[in-house]
Amino acid sequence: MSNLLALSGVNTHIGHYHILQGVDFAVPQGGLTMLLGRNGAGKTTCLRTIMGLLKASEGRIEFDSANIAGLPTPAVAQLGIGYVPESMGIFAGLTVRENMALAARAGPIDERRLAWLFGLFPALKKFWQLPAGLLSGGQKQMLAIARAMIEPRTLLLVDEPTKGLAPAIIAHMVEAFQELKRTDTTILLVEQNFKFARALGDTVAVMDSGRIVHGGGMRELAEDAALQHKLLGLSLEAHQ
Amino acid sequence: MNQATDTLPVARLDKIPLALIPLVALAALSLIPSLPTWVTLTVAGLAMGMMIFIMASGLTLVFGLMDVMNFAHGAFITIGAFVATSVLLPLAAWTRADSLWLNLAAMLLAIVAAMAVAGALGLAFERVIIKPVYGQHLKQILITMGGLIVAEQLILVIWGPDLITLPKPATLRGSFIYGDIAIEKYRVLAVAVGLAVFAAMFLVLNRSRVGLLIRAGVEDSEMVQSLGYRIRRVFIGVFTAGSALAGLGGVMWALYQETVTSAMGMQVMILIFIVIIIGGLGSVGGCFIGSLLVGLVANYVGFLSPKVALGSNILLMVLILLWRPQGLYPVAKR
Repeated sequence: MSNLLALSGVNTHIGHYHILQGVDFAVPQGGLTMLLGRNGAGKTTCLRTIMGLLKASEGRIEFDSANIAGLPTPAVAQLGIGYVPESMGIFAGLTVRENMALAARAGPIDERRLAWLFGLFPALKKFWQLPAGLLSGGQKQMLAIARAMIEPRTLLLVDEPTKGLAPAIIAHMVEAFQELKRTDTTILLVEQNFKFARALGDTVAVMDSGRIVHGGGMRELAEDAALQHKLLGLSLEAHQ
Repeated sequence: MNQATDTLPVARLDKIPLALIPLVALAALSLIPSLPTWVTLTVAGLAMGMMIFIMASGLTLVFGLMDVMNFAHGAFITIGAFVATSVLLPLAAWTRADSLWLNLAAMLLAIVAAMAVAGALGLAFERVIIKPVYGQHLKQILITMGGLIVAEQLILVIWGPDLITLPKPATLRGSFIYGDIAIEKYRVLAVAVGLAVFAAMFLVLNRSRVGLLIRAGVEDSEMVQSLGYRIRRVFIGVFTAGSALAGLGGVMWALYQETVTSAMGMQVMILIFIVIIIGGLGSVGGCFIGSLLVGLVANYVGFLSPKVALGSNILLMVLILLWRPQGLYPVAKR
């Protein structure tokens, strides 16, 4: 299987801090890749560097065989890369409809695609004309993901979609991502909830201290408790 | 009632800040013994508030969207006023004529010229002065204050150091008289122009895609970029439009005062900052209400207790911030 995204020797500094210290990993075309790691490992910085929100001081980020390191964020997004940040990035003062309309850059919202997204996240239809700031945390996360998928994307980057959500909502998220996996969109998902990661991941990369310390199939990691403990340690126990 | 809709959160407009304007007016009515005086002061306050709104509305968007502290905004107000003198003084035959249409045509020419010059200079200012200091507040304050001083000195070089008298057009002088109530004609025009600017901004912000981008950008410009939009282009457009509006405000303010000086922009900046802080950063609606409150309070207090008038707006700001520390309608996440 060819790689849609490949990072090689990526270094990122935030101020005086050297966060990413030579990150190497690849996201195969199709399926869902999990990026795991303890708090502060550099997972969010990694996604932000791919999106161009942080500038890589060194290294290559190849998307569809073209180096996108150094491209401004809008240019990265225009390549077909959707991004759901950890904060969700919902425009609270805009209605659910306006949030979605803004993400549909090509023109009016595609009604068939919208109906499909309403099927995944029915709450959005219910709250369509209300300010997004009134939604609950889980509903905001649904809006953030739906917004990123309102147009076909080649790659979707999602940062900790289960953070702070109730178990019932997380179960709903699992179903939604399983449906998204059936599309042509490749997904790179940062997560700390190993149960969630195990249910969805095809491949996995584990980060620690700004480097990739493990890469391979999700099934192998899921079946090796000792490796899980070695790589994920306390964060695994906390989120099982 | 349908049970399915019972749990729907309802979007409610926060009406309390809107109620402040009639509350302040009614409070003043109980303190001012004469009804005609109260009406005159109220119209004067509303007119003053509208002119402050015209000058401040662009700056609140610049503040909210671009996170830029532009102390040089006052320079565009001054430039607008001086450009108006360069247009209106040679057109004295039109402004002195006893024809409303000729008077308005002269004013329109002055407004177009002032907005064009202020907008063009704003565009150049953003590209040359502001662009290198995005995200650096201290440098923004220093460099924009410097820009304001340089602009003032350039105005002195171009238009000279003397105070310039700019009389109102003939048909806009005097007042409409209704019994004991006198309402200045120019103030009615100022209210109309202020309402037109507010309506135009409201329509652009709420009914157009550019407006949607601006509103989203005020909340989270990084996310707007992540959706594939070049927010910097929106920044430039907003900065240019904000400068042009300052130019329009300069024309209206100059004709209101009937004098033009190189320091007038700096003098009104205090009022403008008060209005923006009261309204909440990035909020055009908040800026509108804040402007009207400042205008009304300045006129009522000026009549009731002239010695307190100087500090009345600062006091108003303090009271509102004690009640709502983020302003009346905060939008920007700062």
